[in-house]
Amino acid sequence: MKKYLLSGLVIFGFLIYSFSRQDNNGAAATLSPAPASSVNNQASLVPMGGTMKTNMMQYKNGTYTGNLVDAYYGNVQVQITINSGKVSNVAFLDYPHDRETSIMINTQAMPYLKQEAILAQNANVDIVSGATQTSLAFIQSLQSALNQAK
Amino acid sequence: MKQTRILMDMPIIVEIIDDTVSEDIFTKAYNYFDYIDKKFSTFKENSEITQINKGKISKGNYSEDIQLIFSLAQKTKKETNGYFDIYHNGQFDPSGIVKGWAILNAAKIIQKAGYRNFYVDAGSDIQIFGKNSQGRNWQVGVKNPFNQNEIVKVLSLSDKGIATSGNYMRGQHIYNPKNDKEIIDIVSLTVVGPDIYEADRLATACFAMGKEGIAFLENKKGLEGYLIDKNGLATYTSGFNQYVANIN
Repeated sequence: MKKYLLSGLVIFGFLIYSFSRQDNNGAAATLSPAPASSVNNQASLVPMGGTMKTNMMQYKNGTYTGNLVDAYYGNVQVQITINSGKVSNVAFLDYPHDRETSIMINTQAMPYLKQEAILAQNANVDIVSGATQTSLAFIQSLQSALNQAK
Repeated sequence: MKQTRILMDMPIIVEIIDDTVSEDIFTKAYNYFDYIDKKFSTFKENSEITQINKGKISKGNYSEDIQLIFSLAQKTKKETNGYFDIYHNGQFDPSGIVKGWAILNAAKIIQKAGYRNFYVDAGSDIQIFGKNSQGRNWQVGVKNPFNQNEIVKVLSLSDKGIATSGNYMRGQHIYNPKNDKEIIDIVSLTVVGPDIYEADRLATACFAMGKEGIAFLENKKGLEGYLIDKNGLATYTSGFNQYVANIN
């Protein structure tokens, strides 16, 4: 059960983490569940591959800081805020530095690029490429913050 | 022969097809990753990078690998208009560039031992050489960012590096409270390059650029990208299709 909760939180927090990179003011992002989601609207966190049955009201209100964890790409440290027993915010106190600053980009090529809707493929492959690496550090930092909120 | 070990907080998979393969080459490759971790981890008290950050090693005494990584980081910083910087708050953290470089070096160790058909996959960033067990190019799936059990693209690769940066979301929206704008933009960026060092550092850098990242790649010779946004719409560079496998 804890695992589901954690995986839901991971998705939630990791999103904020990733996109807070584009919000250089460091403003905390807020999250709202998607109305079209098939998941129970009571739960603001959606576990990967299943409906959340966990009772979310199990944490004490307050703000908790997780451990600083090496993501190999840099450090990850999260701070969570618990309101009404639920995680209401995940803020990133530290994250890989290579994503921090803004950049001037030549966007002239943009109009010429092709687009397509992604489509699941049925094929045997030897290897799979996907994004995973920073999430493990996130889980570790988040878990240490949640442990304090119990 | 295929082996997996967890090192540097991630699964590292090495598969070698050549029939002369023996156990000790795997040990060599994994020992290299272990060496890299011990030298570059900012969380290991005794790593060289930690000692440098504590001021315990003077510039003249940096090891060759540290000097090389510092110069590669400097080069990347210039290339991305200062975007990629390993120096922050008085501390060096070169990890953003070490991973792809280490994967490529491990692959070179395997090559030097005489192997031609293999890959090294560290946390889903992959260096590929030669052919797969059927004598074809390696078939590499690009994971669906909305469903971890699916792939949305099959690439056919040989002598290339492939890296994916991103995060996986479903059914949630994130807004910037200051302007109420949705800040979720893109969810996944896959980059194919001449090697994993190039693919990895550009995947990391370009993902953080949002939608403009794909334009940045379009202007980079030898690098192709496949960018998936929050609506499941993919934008790809003009040369990307050369790698797409014909699966029918």
